[in-house]
Amino acid sequence: MSRPSDHIDAPAPKRNPDAAITQPALGASGYARFFWRQLTSMRTALFLLLLLAIAAVPGSLVPQRSSDPNGVLQYFTDNPELAPLLDSVQAFDVYGSVWFSSIYLLLFVSLIGCVIPRTLHHLKALRGSPPKTPARLERLEGFTAVVAPGATAPAAIASARGILKKAGYRTRLYTGNGGDLSVSAERGYLRETGNLVFHTALVGVLLSVGIGGSFGYSGQKVIVEGDTFSNVLLSYESFLPGRFFSDDVLQPYRLSLDEFDATYEQQNPSAYGQPIDYTASVTAYPPGADAGTRSEIKVNEPLRVGGNEIYLLGNGYAPIITVRDGDGNVAFNDAVPFLPQDGNLTSLGVVKVPDAVPEQIGMIGFLYPTQTTLASGALTSNYPDLLNPVLSLQVFTGDLGLDAGIPRSVYSLDTDGMTEVAGRNAEVPSIQLTPGETVELPGGIGTVTFENADPEAAAGDLANSVPRFASLDIHRDPSQGWVLVFALLVLAGLLTSLFIPRRRVWVKALETAAGGIRLEYAGLARGEDPGLERAVRDIADRHSGQLGAHSADPATRA
Amino acid sequence: MTDQLDSASLVAIWSAMGVYTIAFILFTLDFAKRSASAQPAAIEGTRVVEAGGSTTTLERVDVSGKRLSFKFERAALALTIVGWVVHFAGVLLRGFAQGYVPWSNMFEFSLTASAIIVGVFLAVQFWQNLRFLGAYITGFALITLGVGTVNFYVDVKPLPPALQSAWLVIHVFVAVLGTAFFALGAGLSIMQLLQARRAAAKAAGMRFLQTLPGADVLENLAYRVIVVGFVLWTFTLIAGAIWAERAWGRYWGWDTKEVWTFIIWTIFAGYIHARATRGWRGSRSAWLAIIGFAAVLFNFTVVNLFFKGLHAYSGL
Ligand code: HEM
Repeated sequence: MSRPSDHIDAPAPKRNPDAAITQPALGASGYARFFWRQLTSMRTALFLLLLLAIAAVPGSLVPQRSSDPNGVLQYFTDNPELAPLLDSVQAFDVYGSVWFSSIYLLLFVSLIGCVIPRTLHHLKALRGSPPKTPARLERLEGFTAVVAPGATAPAAIASARGILKKAGYRTRLYTGNGGDLSVSAERGYLRETGNLVFHTALVGVLLSVGIGGSFGYSGQKVIVEGDTFSNVLLSYESFLPGRFFSDDVLQPYRLSLDEFDATYEQQNPSAYGQPIDYTASVTAYPPGADAGTRSEIKVNEPLRVGGNEIYLLGNGYAPIITVRDGDGNVAFNDAVPFLPQDGNLTSLGVVKVPDAVPEQIGMIGFLYPTQTTLASGALTSNYPDLLNPVLSLQVFTGDLGLDAGIPRSVYSLDTDGMTEVAGRNAEVPSIQLTPGETVELPGGIGTVTFENADPEAAAGDLANSVPRFASLDIHRDPSQGWVLVFALLVLAGLLTSLFIPRRRVWVKALETAAGGIRLEYAGLARGEDPGLERAVRDIADRHSGQLGAHSADPATRA
Repeated sequence: MTDQLDSASLVAIWSAMGVYTIAFILFTLDFAKRSASAQPAAIEGTRVVEAGGSTTTLERVDVSGKRLSFKFERAALALTIVGWVVHFAGVLLRGFAQGYVPWSNMFEFSLTASAIIVGVFLAVQFWQNLRFLGAYITGFALITLGVGTVNFYVDVKPLPPALQSAWLVIHVFVAVLGTAFFALGAGLSIMQLLQARRAAAKAAGMRFLQTLPGADVLENLAYRVIVVGFVLWTFTLIAGAIWAERAWGRYWGWDTKEVWTFIIWTIFAGYIHARATRGWRGSRSAWLAIIGFAAVLFNFTVVNLFFKGLHAYSGL
């Protein structure tokens, strides 16, 4: 079967007590061969598999840059001494680390080295015929002997062959040294085929993951109701290209977010306010098309457009804020996405007004969709929908630091070098606004307005007073179809290789002195085969029944 | 209506726990009785045939065949069936109470997983007599149900958007089914280790082992059960990747839960290899089966509760 030499079915190793002394010195090629044999042995495969399992553990204990970049930053803040140490052994990038990669690459080298010779061997076996019948069947599995007084050997073997063929065996007739006729049969080649398909498909999975990852990309886009996204690099909030990514795979489609609907539980007191449904209604304009197609994106229902899959990953509020400066000019007017901080969508956002005269203005805001006051006096939200929206702003003046050329997150404000003019540490408390309200900023530096996005609504209906945003993940992965195909082959190979028994069965006919024949049946398992014994006995029963034979064991003869 | 159904479900679960408790006691008494009745030279329920020089194959032996009839065991099994029916009803009621499958948070997962584990245990009795695992299985179900109802209980809630998918039904259910087979496999492997130890050192105080199948038979049974679990787990892994692709936009991201599913899969792939590697059959591969199942339990408890990741569905 060309299994690795330490496979359980391989012939036992020759024991040579003098081996250590008599072994000739290995040349370079001898060492190479020795090393290759070690690498492709079952023991090495087992060792590497278990090592891989252990090596995967640390990545679940420490946040990973690939899946949780903010967690990594937090870890550095929380453990300033330990973190750089861990970082130096790639503990935050375990699954791309040198050591993790070397384990699985070695494993796959071993796998390929193991599978190729087996495949060649198996192809040959598929074309060959079952091996010669062993001289003695007594020691084999399910051994049964019967005598058939009136039968002849050729006829009996021919009918045995018929039975075996019908049961899916490949057969061949042999004549033994003593002139005895026998049929040698084998079935379940599919077991080995399945095993080889399984291991080869694993390589396929690895290759398509590796190759696909380097041609694809993924990006994030935050889009406010009413806005349109164009699929060009600049419109992305963040973008992660694969190694071989190039701009021209971005198809120039556009996508507008017409409306975002969130439904929250209102009946069930123990789940009050829990989200039940998010639906982003969008219009997609394929490249070159003027007319758009309307569709919906939901959490488990991505949209496929222009070679991309677009997923709905998050949502929140984007209050429209207008700032007029000291001269009365509009210095800022935009919908600002606020990041949700809790299940009731208390949201945090930042407004930067670099063009305000005489001084730049920065604001840190909290939006409470349904504002209430805690016993401590602090504000909070107790329902995620817009029942009683309040915007609270801390106001700073001074240098926003935007000119230094350092990229700044739109979600954070560096208040070093700024003066707080309204808020906890200022004489004037935080500014509080309801939709449609305008308030003077302290010191005559201007005014701020919390715009009502739906001024026509009935008085007290604020349900649409603040636009929502959706955060979309936009992906392209040209190989994921291949990954799926190989994964399914893995499964199919596994099923065939684990559940199809591979076995050999022999039926032998010997002429007896008394004139009839003695028939012997036996089988041999090739790999795990708990049903072999029964299968051999079934065949023996059926065949000897046809011949009217009876047990050869005198003790049980009726 | 929802509340009544949910309360009825809890009543059923507590009743099932009561019945399982009695079944567990009877299974344990059965062990005691077996120990008392076991002869020093007890029936060896197994025979191993060396075939083809190196393939160890097992003769078909009815593992319970010659032993005395154990009344305790029969009563215990009957009670396990009763307990399971009540338990199953409890799971169904929880499902009806909320209008979707009862395995979307840790509480429901405990209920359903233990029901499936006991169910699989009962079902395999048609194939092989594995009643000697009764104490292990009922004990396991009791602990799972107890911890589940006392520590993880949550009220009926609507299904959050992230879980509104057919894959919740398929992926999680197959994972639980796979877990059930791994649980049985681990039980058999534990018995196998005990048997091997008894055979090697004549371990005292475990005389009931003499009435059980020998280590080789147990090992082969464990293998066959675990292989089924492994196929189901492979399917879980693939289905999970498909779902992750639908919901999160990538089929694999080394999220903590994904990492542990992978680790478990790799350990059991190791187990299957160990069985085919010279020098690794027997106790060594049995340990791998037990470690693999321990990783499954770890994945369900510690990873769900304490590790950060996208799979934040404990409901707590
Ligand atoms: C990524 C690494 C590997 C994985 C995940 C893996 C997994 C598996 C699994 C699940 C099986 C049982 C199902 C079947 O027979 O198809 C198996 C069987 C087998 N594997 Fe691997 N394998 C790996 C690497 C290797 C390597 C490197 C070798 C060669 C040394 C190897 C040799 C074998 C052999 C000979 C069998 C048949 C066992 C038997 O006779 O029962 N495998 N492998």
